Amino acid sequence: MTLLIGALTIGLILSLLAIGVLVSFRIFSMPDITTDGSITFGAAIAAVMLVHGVNPLLATAAGALGGAVAGAVTGVLHTKFKINALLAGILVMTALYSVNLHVMGRSNVPLMQARTLASYGETLGEALFGGRTINVLGWAVGSADAAVLLLALGAAAAGGALLFLFFRTNIGTAMRATGDNAQMIRALGANVEGYIVLGLALSNGLVALSGALLAQYQGFADAQMGIGMIVWGLASVIIGEALTGTRSLGLTIVGAVMGSVVFRLLVAIALRWGLNPNDLKLITALFVFAALVLPSMVAKLKRTRPGLEPGA
Amino acid sequence: MPTESKPSNSSSAMLSISAIRKTFNPGTVNEVRALQGVDLEIEEGSFVIVLGMNGSGKSTLLNAVAGTFFVDEGTIQLAGRDVTRWPEHRRAQLIGRVFQNPFSGTAPNMSIAENFSLAARRGLPRGLGWALSPQLMGPLRERIASLKMGLENRLDNAIGSLSGGQRQALTLLMATWLKPKLLLLDEHTAALDPKSADQVIALSDEVIQRDKLTTLMVTHSMQQAVSLGDRIIMMHRGRVLHDFRGAEKRRLRPEDLLDRFDEVRRREQLDESAAAMLNELYV
Repeated sequence: MTLLIGALTIGLILSLLAIGVLVSFRIFSMPDITTDGSITFGAAIAAVMLVHGVNPLLATAAGALGGAVAGAVTGVLHTKFKINALLAGILVMTALYSVNLHVMGRSNVPLMQARTLASYGETLGEALFGGRTINVLGWAVGSADAAVLLLALGAAAAGGALLFLFFRTNIGTAMRATGDNAQMIRALGANVEGYIVLGLALSNGLVALSGALLAQYQGFADAQMGIGMIVWGLASVIIGEALTGTRSLGLTIVGAVMGSVVFRLLVAIALRWGLNPNDLKLITALFVFAALVLPSMVAKLKRTRPGLEPGA
Repeated sequence: MPTESKPSNSSSAMLSISAIRKTFNPGTVNEVRALQGVDLEIEEGSFVIVLGMNGSGKSTLLNAVAGTFFVDEGTIQLAGRDVTRWPEHRRAQLIGRVFQNPFSGTAPNMSIAENFSLAARRGLPRGLGWALSPQLMGPLRERIASLKMGLENRLDNAIGSLSGGQRQALTLLMATWLKPKLLLLDEHTAALDPKSADQVIALSDEVIQRDKLTTLMVTHSMQQAVSLGDRIIMMHRGRVLHDFRGAEKRRLRPEDLLDRFDEVRRREQLDESAAAMLNELYV
């Protein structure tokens, strides 16, 4: 049960990463590898501030802001200096590795003694549920774990809802149009380059927010924690699209959140069944590869063998 | 070789182009001297048709005005402002555009209403107000109903699901939703079937007359050229070759225009293949 709660909590925290990747990958069709650096950047900034006793909410916000700045840098490299989007992301990600080490002063910052949002969760758990454990459908669940799960749920829901609302404003609509038809929105007076910078800042801000929360949940920030996180985000987005479809924006965002949770649960189950943790990144990459390639392969198969097509 | 005396008072003109030049890929084998010194004054409310063969520079002229690229030399003044160094998105506050490709003017995965919400903020700060405000939706439904295409009940549909003709009609409404100082139509019916093309042309003329829009329209159709507008500019090799206006423009028949093209052809002694292309396009 603790395993399930833990998987759900991490899935929800990483759903902020997933909707961040949704912005860069689906709105701008740009696999933004800055993600790998900015999630660690958010965690590092938050962790160091927490160790110095800064208010957890403030530290989390600062982490998110740091990620937004990193995303904006990638955007400026791409738009102003005409560097290929993927390369711009790689440059910033690489630079962030050093920046993160400088911010943290070493490769790992533990948060055992610091007051964090997770310790807020423990307080909340005692206030809500009283005792040390509560009974959910016959299972004994730590009240702190349950409260932290609720906080993560709240963060994911708030992040998704705010992103949805943002995309329905004039700025948000123009940002979506930038990815859909840049020529058109430029002819309607929008500074496309500016919107790309803003969009990557938004994307990486969400990613770094996810990192700041993850550090507080797992109790440390680590220089290596960002490796492969873009692929993780892509996997969540792709699973989400399979779950909810892409017909409406709201569904796509809900899908990305669900995709992140489902993917985390699948990973937890696989690890429980004896999957070697060292193979995790390999399997994630293979999964994303398959998800990207299979749809077109299936379509090709249908074309060459018309008998398979329903109703053809 | 402009023969008429131009009005010296440039402040009366809505668009004032003077001596603009543009060479693409200079100094390479792909060098194209697209504009070689174009002077043009267009009065407010004038509807100007731009004609020319492929490669004559007519689309390049429109793109130079729109700011798709910066000209190498010369100046462009629009509504009394020197916009020569303004980036494309800044000029958009003065200019409405419809492109040749129906896919270019609309965002396919966004709804009709969302597309119009973007057009309703052309050249204005966008801010965090709701895109689909009630103030927009009321007039929008009304205006789209007036198209009689049955689209007023499909405002939430993705615009990519519509036909090319419908998209061009909507793009035209979007370009003129906020009255532009200058409307640029770049062969905006060339990719449509004849029936849709006629509809879009009729709508264009209606909107232009109603709002008295200053318009530059590129076309390949002699019929459109003689039946629309109050002035025809014929371009050739990056220059303005003929400028018909007033009574001369009104008397003009498609055959007269074809004669002019023939003249050009003889003078330039184009080879057989180019002549065949000309025939195919204009006869």
